[in-house]
Amino acid sequence: MAAVELQSIVKSFGATPVLRGIDLAVADGEFMTLVGPSGCGKTTLIRIIAGIESQDSGSVLIGGSAIDHLRPHERRVAMVFQSYALYPHMSVRANLSLPLVMSRLRLHERLPLVRLLSGRRRAVMRGIEREVEAVAQQLQLGALLDRRPAQLSGGQRQRVALGRAMVRHPDVFLMDEPLSNLDAKLRVHMRTELAELHQRLGATFIYVTHDQVEAMTMSNRVAMMDSGDIIQLGTPTELYARPANVKVAQFIGSPAINLLPGTVGAGGRVELLGRQLALEVALPAGAALTIGIRPEAIAARPATAAQDGEAWLLARLRRRENLGPEHILHFDLPGADLAPIVCRAPAQLHLPADGQVALTFDTMACHLFDASGARVAARGANAGEAGGREPVVVPFRS
Amino acid sequence: MRTSATLPPPPRRSRQLWIERLTGAGFAMPAFVLLLLTNLLPLIAVFYLSLTDYEFGALDAAFVGLANVKKAFADPVIRRSISNTLIYVAIVLPGAVVLALVIAVLVHGRKRMRSFYEVAYFLPVTSTLIAMATVWQFLLHPRLGPVNGALRWLGLPEVPFLSDPAWALPTLAVIGIWQLLGFNMVLFLAGLSAIPKDLYEAAEIDGAASGIDRFLTITWPLLGPTTMFVIVTTSITAFKVFDTVAVMTRGGPMGSSEVLLYNIYLEGFQYFHTGYAAALTVIFLVFILAFSAFQTFALDRRVHY
Amino acid sequence: MGTAAALAQPLPAQATPARIRIGRLTSLAATHAVLLAGAAFMLLPFIWMLTTSLKSPGEIFSADFTLWPRKFSAVENYDRALTSAPLLRFALNGFIICFGILVVQLLVAIPCAYALAKLKFPGRNLLFVLVLLGLCIPVQVPALPLYIALAKLELLNTYFAIMFPFFLSVFAIFLFRQFFKGFPDDIIHAARLDGMSEFEIVWRIVVPSAWPAIAAFSVFSTVAHWNDLYWPLIVVSDTRLAPPPLGMMFFADAETGSNYGALTAAATILTAPLVIAFLVARRRFIEGITMTGVK
Repeated sequence: MAAVELQSIVKSFGATPVLRGIDLAVADGEFMTLVGPSGCGKTTLIRIIAGIESQDSGSVLIGGSAIDHLRPHERRVAMVFQSYALYPHMSVRANLSLPLVMSRLRLHERLPLVRLLSGRRRAVMRGIEREVEAVAQQLQLGALLDRRPAQLSGGQRQRVALGRAMVRHPDVFLMDEPLSNLDAKLRVHMRTELAELHQRLGATFIYVTHDQVEAMTMSNRVAMMDSGDIIQLGTPTELYARPANVKVAQFIGSPAINLLPGTVGAGGRVELLGRQLALEVALPAGAALTIGIRPEAIAARPATAAQDGEAWLLARLRRRENLGPEHILHFDLPGADLAPIVCRAPAQLHLPADGQVALTFDTMACHLFDASGARVAARGANAGEAGGREPVVVPFRS
Repeated sequence: MRTSATLPPPPRRSRQLWIERLTGAGFAMPAFVLLLLTNLLPLIAVFYLSLTDYEFGALDAAFVGLANVKKAFADPVIRRSISNTLIYVAIVLPGAVVLALVIAVLVHGRKRMRSFYEVAYFLPVTSTLIAMATVWQFLLHPRLGPVNGALRWLGLPEVPFLSDPAWALPTLAVIGIWQLLGFNMVLFLAGLSAIPKDLYEAAEIDGAASGIDRFLTITWPLLGPTTMFVIVTTSITAFKVFDTVAVMTRGGPMGSSEVLLYNIYLEGFQYFHTGYAAALTVIFLVFILAFSAFQTFALDRRVHY
Repeated sequence: MGTAAALAQPLPAQATPARIRIGRLTSLAATHAVLLAGAAFMLLPFIWMLTTSLKSPGEIFSADFTLWPRKFSAVENYDRALTSAPLLRFALNGFIICFGILVVQLLVAIPCAYALAKLKFPGRNLLFVLVLLGLCIPVQVPALPLYIALAKLELLNTYFAIMFPFFLSVFAIFLFRQFFKGFPDDIIHAARLDGMSEFEIVWRIVVPSAWPAIAAFSVFSTVAHWNDLYWPLIVVSDTRLAPPPLGMMFFADAETGSNYGALTAAATILTAPLVIAFLVARRRFIEGITMTGVK
């Protein structure tokens, strides 16, 4: 059983708190991603799981038993470092063999010269060689076994780092931003490889990244962290469609969500830029709101084509970015001193020459957040609609 | 560091090129002249002198070919001197290298007392050896010195460190180690700091957790270039020993601590047998070059990563 | 077979938490014990030198050993040391010689290193090979002919004679060249476009960026030449010009080694400047030494 459980992990470096009481349960065989901005504590957390950092208080359990007192190599975890940490003076074969050599041979069977006296060593080394060959085959490293890390490309080194982790058949794979040192194309390729590897091995993966695309595409569940806390834990869809916090909403999705200031009017009606939306919230009048609308939830139409009853904003085109199959449009809202609204549109969309458009959106696709950033439940303002109706879920496009 | 192609070089007309060449030559000229005067010409002069029987102050000298060199190798004083010097190196080398490595590894992990240890171990390197030589003479004094005092307190016999032929050279070697240890320690510390920390973390996860395993798997291999450098500089520095001999023993007792450089000094600047001293200098140079060459070839063979 | 599977088993885990803690404490204690013992060996001469310089002759020659003097004779010892030999003069000579050598070394080596690193001129490769060769030749080798030349020119017993062989430091050229090679060419091109002469470029733009290397080398050079005995011993017989090591030798001769109080007082005075400088500028010293290992 390789379920991982973190109970109230607290860690400070000197006077700076880094983890403020983390509780997390990762199921056996799950691909769990820890995501968040720099400094949120995600790397510290997996280092604590690995055992190379120790927590101030709290407990780490693997398979139901606490492992806090176990040394890293006794924990049945393997780690892939951001820099790969390959032993530069050893061949790929030696790099891959090292974990097995360390765990299966006694000290006197490893010491130079002295080890020549051991008969058991030869048999063990043969077994190790077979296993290393098997792992190398899986990762297409067979031809590179006798090279040194300095002679490998970035992608090849990454696979060697993976291989070194796999060779131990650990219960838990810990990965600290393993793709961040690769170029963009390779990163896309390796995302697929890693996801397939996870399927094949069936082991528990705990993956740290600051890239939301990796988090969304590879994980079973995502834990978003900020300043030492987990601010949301859920499936990628949940984080995308129902962000619990404005920070989650901003982090997930590219281009980033548009945030507009709103207020609560009479009767709990949501007001945006002076007009009422067909949304109600259970907050007192005058409360401040942040209204989030995703770029993919906004449609741009010529101003004259806007229909009554629909939520829309008058805007002027500021810039149009050509991505090929679609365009990213940046709009200014006249009369409002706000950051430009970003909207995704098909490439063929034709806009009037004067650049005056109506930005329309489904009010139920709005994400509302209160002054502290927490999600606020909204109801359609027409009577009879059930509270808490699910907002329209726009399919995720990466 | 590769130069980025952001700024094209100024247009190269032939006059521009000529100015650059002139400037370059001008900048290098003083150095070149000094190189000639202080290194090259004297080097040639040494070779030439070694082939003559010139005595300083004499009016003329005869060309004697390799007679000086042959005489040197046949002279028991010089043979003893060379062997003394090599024995000295043989004692200082393991002492100053191995001990420095051990100390560096131990100090490297410390946080609190690290500054104190760095200062304590490096202090002898900055000290004026001649002044400290006097202090060492007193420390090792048979009657007055604390070292013999401690021996007496332990019930062991007194050791006449500097007046016993069997003890003089090893004693000087220990003082040589004392002086070099801090220097090598700093070099090893720099080498240790260059090893990325995450290699040790990866090794810890892979099972190389004990001190011995970490040392054998990571520290020792990655210190290779540093170790080679320390070995070569230590051997060269040890081979050039002079100060302690000149001040503490003057080659005695009974020539047991005469070293090559001391003999060169005596022959060349006390007895003024210039030709002979030049020949000894050539022998000296050959040894030094041998040590340097060893470094070049050994470093080339090591894999650089 | 069972054995293959058995061989593939990891060895059983060793320690309990308590045993780990005890193991770590003992290794920590052992480490400090070793380090402190070594430090004691390193510092023993210094401590002994200081305390002996404060003792009276009666205590020095007595049979029992006390670390701290019972009767303070510091004034007598230091006074004796200062009057029977011009110790302050020796120290002054040390400053003059080290400073003079360093200034010329920098003035000669920096432009040369720049030229080797950044400019093309005839003979550049030859010069670099000669520099590398010079690195292998210790100063004791050209000593003989240089002495003869200086003697014939009647320049012995002058500051110039003491400093001359060291004016060129091939090590400085080599070290600075490494540094200058890493300096971005684009900045130099931009400066040339702005109309700066090459001379100005060297001193106004490139040198400030290499300041750590220059500072480190300066430390290295000062220590080496303050403590140099061989060459001053050869060219100087006039005590008024003697740098500290030579001065110490003269003094020790004069005292015929019996007045240990005064001798250690002299040793303290002569060793103090560098030691104090080291304690104040420890970082620079250590950087200087590390530079020699960076190739």
